[in-house]
Amino acid sequence: MSEPVELMDVDQALEQFDPAFGIEVHVELNTKTKMFCGCPTEFGAEPNTQVCPVCLGLPGALPVVNAKAIESAIRLGLALNCSIAPRSRFARKNYFYPDLAKDYQISQYDEPIAFDGYLDVELDDGTVVRVAIERAHMEEDAGKNVHVGGATGRIQGAEYSLVDYNRGGIPLVEIVTRTVEGMGERTAEVARAYVATVRDLAKALGISDVRMEEGSLRADVNLSLRAKAADGEDQHAVPLGKRSETKNVNSLRAVERSIRHEIGRQAALLAAGGAVTQETRHWHEDTSMTTPGRSKEEAEDYRYFPEPDLLPVAPSKEWIEELRGTLPESPALRRHRLQESWGYTDLEMRDAVNADALELIEATVAAGASAASARKWWMGELARTANNDGVELADLAATPAQVAELQGLVDSGRVNDQLARQVLEGVLAGEGSPGEVVAARGLEVVSDDGALLAAIDEALAAQPDVAAKIRDGKVQAAGAIVGAVMKATRGQADAARVRELVLTKFGLEG
Amino acid sequence: MTGLIGRTAADLAQALASREISSREATQAHLDRIAAVDGPVHAFLQVDAEGALAAADAVDARRAAGEQLPTLAGVPVAVKDVLVTKGLPTTAGSRILQGWLPPYDATVVSRLRAAGLPILGKTNMDEFAMGSSTEHSGYGPTHNPWDLDRIPGGSGGGSAAALASFEAPLSIGSDTGGSIRQPAAVTGTVGVKPTYGGVSRYGVIALASSLDQVGPCARTVLDTALLHEVIGGHDPADSTSLDEPMPDVVDAARLGATGDLTGVRVGVVRELSGEGYQPGVSARFAESLELLRAAGADIVEVSCPNFPYALAAYYLILPSEASSNLAKFDAMRYGLRVDDGASTVERVMGATRAVGFGDEVKRRIILGTYALSAGYYDAYYGSAQKVRTLIQRDFDTAFAQVDVLVSPTAPTTAFKLGEKLDDPLAMYLNDVATIPANLAGVPGMSLPSGLAEDGLPVGFQILAPARADDRLYRVGAALEKALESRWGGPLLARIPTLTEVAR
Repeated sequence: MSEPVELMDVDQALEQFDPAFGIEVHVELNTKTKMFCGCPTEFGAEPNTQVCPVCLGLPGALPVVNAKAIESAIRLGLALNCSIAPRSRFARKNYFYPDLAKDYQISQYDEPIAFDGYLDVELDDGTVVRVAIERAHMEEDAGKNVHVGGATGRIQGAEYSLVDYNRGGIPLVEIVTRTVEGMGERTAEVARAYVATVRDLAKALGISDVRMEEGSLRADVNLSLRAKAADGEDQHAVPLGKRSETKNVNSLRAVERSIRHEIGRQAALLAAGGAVTQETRHWHEDTSMTTPGRSKEEAEDYRYFPEPDLLPVAPSKEWIEELRGTLPESPALRRHRLQESWGYTDLEMRDAVNADALELIEATVAAGASAASARKWWMGELARTANNDGVELADLAATPAQVAELQGLVDSGRVNDQLARQVLEGVLAGEGSPGEVVAARGLEVVSDDGALLAAIDEALAAQPDVAAKIRDGKVQAAGAIVGAVMKATRGQADAARVRELVLTKFGLEG
Repeated sequence: MTGLIGRTAADLAQALASREISSREATQAHLDRIAAVDGPVHAFLQVDAEGALAAADAVDARRAAGEQLPTLAGVPVAVKDVLVTKGLPTTAGSRILQGWLPPYDATVVSRLRAAGLPILGKTNMDEFAMGSSTEHSGYGPTHNPWDLDRIPGGSGGGSAAALASFEAPLSIGSDTGGSIRQPAAVTGTVGVKPTYGGVSRYGVIALASSLDQVGPCARTVLDTALLHEVIGGHDPADSTSLDEPMPDVVDAARLGATGDLTGVRVGVVRELSGEGYQPGVSARFAESLELLRAAGADIVEVSCPNFPYALAAYYLILPSEASSNLAKFDAMRYGLRVDDGASTVERVMGATRAVGFGDEVKRRIILGTYALSAGYYDAYYGSAQKVRTLIQRDFDTAFAQVDVLVSPTAPTTAFKLGEKLDDPLAMYLNDVATIPANLAGVPGMSLPSGLAEDGLPVGFQILAPARADDRLYRVGAALEKALESRWGGPLLARIPTLTEVAR
């Protein structure tokens, strides 16, 4: 099957088809050590420095389950309203691949630790959609292949490949939804909101760094189309089409866009009388499209069987209840609580949520800024910068504490709005804290009357005609002097104070 | 056998403790013996003279300094090549691991080192412990010291032959379906498969994880117990390791040696006798039963009706687990790498495994891969697990009636090298009496019960409930005492003299 050249417009596609999707989210747990050994899990270490006989799969090595990972998986399962299995087992998923040290992955198969749950997902307009969760199971991550040589960094065209096993054995929880149908034009929005909610939940639980750009939260999106029933035909009688599974969907934006892309692609195929191939596809952020991976029809048989090196996981009822007591409030409840305490309008709140700014605003407020000013910075100047640079707000160099400090400088009158923007520029450029930038760039408002008076005298001397007018009582003429002083102090003077000083000097009232 | 190499580990330990001899002398004597006879026997894949002597000197120095040392400190030991040894090549008898130097020690090896036992070297075995004759070693077979034309049993033929040829007083084996007990039987030595979980598997190159168990091998029951005590006990690095105190096996061996088994109930497994058992094997078994009865034991017959299905279930479970355990030998990280020039990952993996694995290994990988495949899983692996449960129930029922179960260890004495190499099923039948214990996780011992009509050793198997390894030692030591008093000494006194040839 060749790839369609043209995608069908999504709106047009939705007139003819009803999309159905399912999402697998992999949440990398932030345990200090790996799933089955004592190696550290920190991101970004030198390749193959966080390895041992166990995670390298050396002959004779054996896994031992990380109890903290089980605890995190149970808490996540509970937060997803799942039942926790009184007894679950690990299984081996067998396949050969260089990044898989043992050539099998320890995962869970027919006995996951958590199953049959749901997650309520709130859309922009406040609509709540309940997404059914089939299961959440534990597994270990694989290492990472690094392809060297060739233009793309992909395996095609590479000269050779290296393997970094640092990530191998890091604990993951995979959350699998049931099929979500009937969302129509809101399909992509629901999918995105679901992943965002899972992310917020994992973050609130404190069990993961949920950094999509670092791969600590990854999504695979399954999508298929069902033709709309003709008049008089039973919609349920129309079979669901074959599905594609899109991998490498590593941002919220990509979740939405990859779904729209797949709707357009599958619709174009079907409308042209073709068929959708059941296959794995890869999302490419740069080109905003998916390309086929291996076909599911020739997919490997993973030969799952119970992992004989590990005992079943059998958490006691008491422990599960104890963990239930540690669950944080749900992201939706939290949003409502924050909105109330911050006094934001629905629109303001939605913008903040969409910009992924809640956490940042909350921290900024905690650092002493008012909710309004925190919003002003994060949703204003900082949002513009992030947008221009194509990065997430959280990736900017400015921290909530720095934003609060900056607002403090404004509130105390040490900088004015115009200066504050320059200070922020310095902070974003990595020049240090707002205080440090003010000092280094000399941006503080000049509040020393002596210095201002000297600058006024200089301006009056340079413009004797203006001085004469003011002396004659023409108060408006003072504006020219104020302007000159502002220019001389590069905007660092308080204009109102300068004016006051000029008029006082001539015995006039402002 | 005379001199240092003829002495038991218990004797050597005593002589070392009283400083009658040094560990260097004991170790050197065994190294000399290895140099003299291992050419024709080929029990060892690696001899580590330097490492062994260094360990011996360290023990001697500590003893000279007046330190209190563990019982077996200074007594040398041989280790099956399935256990990884830091800095000492470890191959599991496979070409695919030729030249691999492990960066770590198996827990059992660490415990041997910590207890001061110099490690003489690594013993030969069937490749990845798959076999009953050591003929499947990638490095050539081991020969039975009783008759060099015969097999020493397998997979741990090297560890058993090293004892029978007096190259080592103690050795470590591993038993997945009889690999400690059957070699012990055909070489006239003692071997114990402990309760599953009783000895750590950490650092033991896995064949079938749910069946593998490391155990002690020696020439006497007491020596076996002393070694068992060193290597046993909980290991947090092995999740399947039992987290509870070990039964006192040494005490049990000493108690048994008093010769009194009054009140001990011994069950003869009806299904492990009769057809297929060599007459000499059955005769020696019957005589041993009489001796147990004379020692005061109650002998009853018990039935384990599902045992006839054990072999079939075993040959589905073992290959299934092995097919997964052996996947890691893919040329990516260690061991052999065959690069055919085309050099895609898939081709390098395929070419390496084609060259590095022997036929028996390939046979079982293919079997296991098939048994686990979608659509076959329930019929093969699933059914085999159900049989396993039935066999466990057979044991439960039997042990509700008796304290130990007994049978011949193997149906025949040692066969000729090459005799069964082309008939895998005939080879598999060697393990018919030993396999049920592995499927149920219960402990088992084999000890010599005499020579058959062909002049070759016959093994007597004792099985006990899980966690009751001490019962093996009590009954085994009592039987050993009775047999030796009948023979006028140990069975190995009758082994033909090995011609000493320089290696």
